[in-house]
Amino acid sequence: MDIKYYIALSLTLFTIGIVGVLTRRNAIIVFMCVELMLNAVNLLLVAFSNMHSYSPAAKALPTFASDAQIFVFFIMIVAAAEVSVGLSIIVMLYRNTHSIDVNFLNRLKN
Amino acid sequence: MNNVLICLIPLLPLIGFLITGLGRNILSKSAAGFIASATIFGAFAISVMAFLQVKAGTVTNVHYFNLINIEAFKVAFDFKIDQLSSLFLLIIAGVGFLIHVYSTSYMHDEPSKDFSKYFSYLNLFVFSMLLLVMGGNYVIMFFGWEGVGLCSYLLIGYWFKNNDYTNAAKKAFIMNRIGDLGFLLAVFWLINKVGTVQYDEVFTQASLAKLSSFDITGITALLFLGACGKSAQIPLYTWLPDAMAGPTPVSALIHAATMVTAGIYMIARSNILFTMAPATQNIIALFGLATAIVAATIAIKQNDIKKVLAYSTVSQLGYMFLGLGVGAYTGAVFHVMTHAFFKALLFLGAGSVIHAMSGEQDMRNMGALKKHMPTTHLTFLIGCIAIAGMPPFSGFFSKDEILAATFAKHPILWGIGVAGAVMTAFYMFRLYAMTFLGSFRGTHDQEHHLHESPKAITIPLVVLAILAIVGGWVGIPEVFMKGGHHLEEFLKPIFAQSNAITEKHEMSHKTEVFLMAASVFLAALSFTLALRKYKNYKKENEVASSGIGEVLENKWYFDELYTTIITNPLRSISAFFTNIVEKKGIDGMVNGTGKFVNYGSRQLRWLQSGQVGAYVLLMVIGMLLLFIIQLFIKN
Repeated sequence: MDIKYYIALSLTLFTIGIVGVLTRRNAIIVFMCVELMLNAVNLLLVAFSNMHSYSPAAKALPTFASDAQIFVFFIMIVAAAEVSVGLSIIVMLYRNTHSIDVNFLNRLKN
Repeated sequence: MNNVLICLIPLLPLIGFLITGLGRNILSKSAAGFIASATIFGAFAISVMAFLQVKAGTVTNVHYFNLINIEAFKVAFDFKIDQLSSLFLLIIAGVGFLIHVYSTSYMHDEPSKDFSKYFSYLNLFVFSMLLLVMGGNYVIMFFGWEGVGLCSYLLIGYWFKNNDYTNAAKKAFIMNRIGDLGFLLAVFWLINKVGTVQYDEVFTQASLAKLSSFDITGITALLFLGACGKSAQIPLYTWLPDAMAGPTPVSALIHAATMVTAGIYMIARSNILFTMAPATQNIIALFGLATAIVAATIAIKQNDIKKVLAYSTVSQLGYMFLGLGVGAYTGAVFHVMTHAFFKALLFLGAGSVIHAMSGEQDMRNMGALKKHMPTTHLTFLIGCIAIAGMPPFSGFFSKDEILAATFAKHPILWGIGVAGAVMTAFYMFRLYAMTFLGSFRGTHDQEHHLHESPKAITIPLVVLAILAIVGGWVGIPEVFMKGGHHLEEFLKPIFAQSNAITEKHEMSHKTEVFLMAASVFLAALSFTLALRKYKNYKKENEVASSGIGEVLENKWYFDELYTTIITNPLRSISAFFTNIVEKKGIDGMVNGTGKFVNYGSRQLRWLQSGQVGAYVLLMVIGMLLLFIIQLFIKN
């Protein structure tokens, strides 16, 4: 399949993520949008890795066509750790303020 | 004559300076006076030895060490004892010694601490002057040059609690600085072109060949500017009359033996450069003549005894420069010598008068001092006759030598010169008549107090009076005595190079005798006139002078002129720089930076809203901007 479809899809996902982060005030949705952006990038990484595996230069490498695929797993694991931290922050936030509105979090101003 | 002995000449006064200066709180008056005078006497004794040795034909160059020692350029610290410097050494140390002796009595009313301080300055002064004439190159000369400038400042402002006196001191210092700048630039120019400052190396054919005529004219003109400042020539002469603020012996020292003769010494030393620059020589002759005339006219109308003498010094210095300008170097040096004798005599005599009059300096309040102060009167009269140029007193020989050389250059210059000499005779005898003749016009207290001065004052007067009579006999012109001009013979090696390239104006003996007779006759006429006019001077007969007299009384308004064209514009410029450039410009820039940062940060603070969304938005905008920029700068 042509690479441009993958690019279009991941760009769409990434844009949806950005718009979500910018417009929504619900912390959980913002968080989900961040994840969406992250995974859009992951998708792109895998797509490009696949594309490059057809090039002759790549075939000469010992880790032929597999390094990016593995790299994505690492990213997912880090993301999972990040999610657990992020979610616990949100839980603490809710416990303290009874709200998960991100705009409420401007106490550091001034 | 070994190196140690020679370096003792300037070193002794320096030691005297250190002892009297550092010990001013412990030394008694007599101790301070004795130490200061003894060191100068020591220097004088060694100078006599050096002089005798030079006279026997040995010129000594003593090298001590190098001040600057680099590949391309060396400045040595060394002394040169030759005909010219040994002669100056004698004058400086000799007259300086007499002035020291005189000062021990004259300054006796000063508190002990100031007394010692005064002598330390005096010693430092003599030290600087000795260094100036002994130096073997222009840099050493410059040390001495600056030294006398400093000491004149210290001594003129000796009574520093009087504001006018400090101003006079500052004026002297600043005027000198202007001249010093010229001197310094000339030395730099010389270094740049010739690569050495050593006299022996500069005045060789090889070095002189490196200088274009423009260089020589430039260097000599700058040197002349330096001489103008130090030797009080137009346009830088106004400091010298104000230098009267110092104690009278200081005036004698500055005017007679040291300081003002520095410029003449320097030009005589560099005579070959000046001979090679006829343009500069003409300038020197004209400035010298102008100074001689202007100062003489001012002196006629002054009433302060010291002011008359001060202007007389300026005028006589003008003659010396006239002599240098017309190439009569021997004549100029000769006049320095005779002038040192009679001007020191006149100043010390005036000091004796002032001493007797309890500090009164206005001649209108004097008169009839003849019977109270016989020695002072007699010696002063000798000084007056000598400066008026009557044969066979010393002034006659030196002045007529200069005038004869001037006549050879141009008869009109000679005419003006004689006019100045006539005025000299007039104002000196006006001074004499007003001071010593007629009736006493001071207060009763002063009259009661009148007395002849003590021995320490009269003995130097007598010695100087004898010198003022016989001092000229070393230079009797050819007309009167074959081979009578010993001084010219003596100084011949110094001016040999100059004499080789100038054509000699031989004038017939008849002309020479006629010239002398004319100037002597006119001067005699003029002083008889002055004597008649001022013999029975009465204060009541004084009428307010008008027209030219008023101009003269106000010294041709030179000080006012300088105030208007130099001081006031300078003040305005300074005011402009402090108020506008400094306050608005520089301060504005510094404060403006602070204000701008303050304002800018207050504006930027609004970006820190605390809204997470806003931060993310900015981040996205930044990212988009980066993409867009990359799109455009691609290839």
